[in-house]
Amino acid sequence: MMNIGSMPVERLLRKQKALARELRAQANLLEVRIAVLGGSTTNEFVDFLELLLLDLGIRPVLYQSEYNKYFEEAVLSPSPLTDFRPDIVYIYTSSVNIQCFPPLDAKPLDMEACVSAEAQRFAAIWQALQEKIGCLVVQNNFEMPSQRLLGNLDCVSPGGHVRFINLLNREFTQAAASQTRLFINDLSSIAATIGANQFCDPKRWFSYKLITSPRGSLAVAKSAAATIGGIYGRSRKCLVLDLDNTLWGGVIGDDGPARIRIGKETPEAEAYTAFQQYCLRLRDRGILLAVCSKNTAEIAQQGLEHPESVLRLNHFSCFKVNWEPKHENLKAIAAELNLGLDSLVFVDDNPAEREIVSAQLPMVAVPDFGSDISNVIAVLEDARYFEPVTLSREDLERARQYEKNAERSHHQGRFASYGEYLDSLEMSAEIEAFKPVYLERIAQLINKTNQFNLTTRRYTLSEVEKIALNPDYITLYGKLSDRFGDNGLISVIIGRQEQSTLHVDLWIMSCRVIKRDMELAMLDSLAATCIQREIREIHGYYAPTERNGLVSDHYAKLGFEQIGAQDGQQNWKLKLTPNYIPRNKHIKELVSG
Amino acid sequence: MADILSQLEPIFRDVLDNPTLRLTREANASNTEGWDSLAHINLISSIEQHFGISFDLGELERLVDVGQMADLMEQKLAAL
Repeated sequence: MMNIGSMPVERLLRKQKALARELRAQANLLEVRIAVLGGSTTNEFVDFLELLLLDLGIRPVLYQSEYNKYFEEAVLSPSPLTDFRPDIVYIYTSSVNIQCFPPLDAKPLDMEACVSAEAQRFAAIWQALQEKIGCLVVQNNFEMPSQRLLGNLDCVSPGGHVRFINLLNREFTQAAASQTRLFINDLSSIAATIGANQFCDPKRWFSYKLITSPRGSLAVAKSAAATIGGIYGRSRKCLVLDLDNTLWGGVIGDDGPARIRIGKETPEAEAYTAFQQYCLRLRDRGILLAVCSKNTAEIAQQGLEHPESVLRLNHFSCFKVNWEPKHENLKAIAAELNLGLDSLVFVDDNPAEREIVSAQLPMVAVPDFGSDISNVIAVLEDARYFEPVTLSREDLERARQYEKNAERSHHQGRFASYGEYLDSLEMSAEIEAFKPVYLERIAQLINKTNQFNLTTRRYTLSEVEKIALNPDYITLYGKLSDRFGDNGLISVIIGRQEQSTLHVDLWIMSCRVIKRDMELAMLDSLAATCIQREIREIHGYYAPTERNGLVSDHYAKLGFEQIGAQDGQQNWKLKLTPNYIPRNKHIKELVSG
Repeated sequence: MADILSQLEPIFRDVLDNPTLRLTREANASNTEGWDSLAHINLISSIEQHFGISFDLGELERLVDVGQMADLMEQKLAAL
């Protein structure tokens, strides 16, 4: 990881080739095939996108359309594109590609006709891509025009371009809200954040048919990389916070809890309050919060009991306040929350702490916001660490589920044996073949599970849909509830039958339910289905990656016998007999959905 | 003059990914490996950013070899 996103644009332009070479040499990159269909010159954007994705552990295989042939290549003659077999098609269009602006003297009906003509042209692209390829589609919406012929009236008059683009963007929004495979890259917001005149460079448009400045290209690429990274589970999941001069002004151990600066009384106190509110909104959105601070725990807690503090102790899924080195505490936080270090973002006002953490744990993101807390939100926003691709009910409830997990761990301390603890959880599972209502969640889980994942195969939603209907496949999803609540859909198996053998192509489980014997219950259900179908052997495969060491002994623990290894992959076998003895003892109840 | 060439050389080496490139006034897209139309955009943008100058539209059209770039840059840098 090289932290490409925080490098200045000049360095990225100059060193693009050397940086790409260095990043491509990393081990265990996930290959994703991306076709960029451009309405303008896209090479600079594509160069930046490649660097940013490589830095997220994704090696893009890239295809670019002929200049301004995005419609033709998607709809009229798609064979080069279908031959390329893209996982993602990115439609890189912008305001220069609008064909039908309403005339200045347009009536409302004329305006609506123009909006609908443009929207239909793009809808045809999305539909063709779904029918012919079934890939994910990322679509730019439109930046606001830098010319406003009618001034402020441009956003009101039916002939105004600003009004027109607003309406067209609304059409795109509605399409993306109703199509799970369509993602918007929000050019309108990206350009607004930089400023339209910094984003576009008319000189480059006239000279090279390139709409953006280098800075503009980089901003679009960052945003696209965040979305693509999110689709493949590379978004970060936990914000780890220092306390003194990060969540409040002052040093609580020296100044005392009553003297820390938080609340509305001074500009400085307001800035800390705003940052705490921002953290709380992230938490509401499913991002976990943790504390990593050098302090005495009892005193530090009093800061979170301050009447003006927005954040309270119970908002944090993990609280590491001691005098140990911060990188040690960050490792402990990751372990306790069952997260990889590459899921953490660490915010600390102290440059020395930031530096040692970056040096010791390069996988942890450590944003440099200087020392002025009023900058920190903009820096976090710009880096796009926590990009969600869809907001599921799961995301909105995640923080609560981890809170319950903490309660469970606490609970665990009071039992004579681990089995007794599992029994006390009163678990019940629902394990069945894929159902339409869960397919989206299943695809989401498949693409973002990295640790408990035996083969790390990725499937698009359309592939999952096809497999669900294919009689040669045995599919299982698992949901798990316990006395503390519902953990949701947390495990998936895809098996492919060849005569009397079942090949387990995919076996994944969310780390939230590790050590709950859910994998035993899944195997029992799989075995039962296999026996019904007169399958004699289950073949399991383990393909090691940097992240799935957790399951290196998965098949051994389940009583499989190793039958070989090739190219680093291990092959395992389990013979089935009609008197198969179920492995699971602690998940008491199996319910049907 | 030689000074501008020596400042341009590392930029060309980076962008064209050729660490041993020797830059001369005569160098142009057809006699320099890797200098295609896309590398050209990158070269111009990198030069503009590095020196804090900006070529206007007419100038961009005339920047076909290193000699012309260096002459134009000399004028621009003198005017800064």
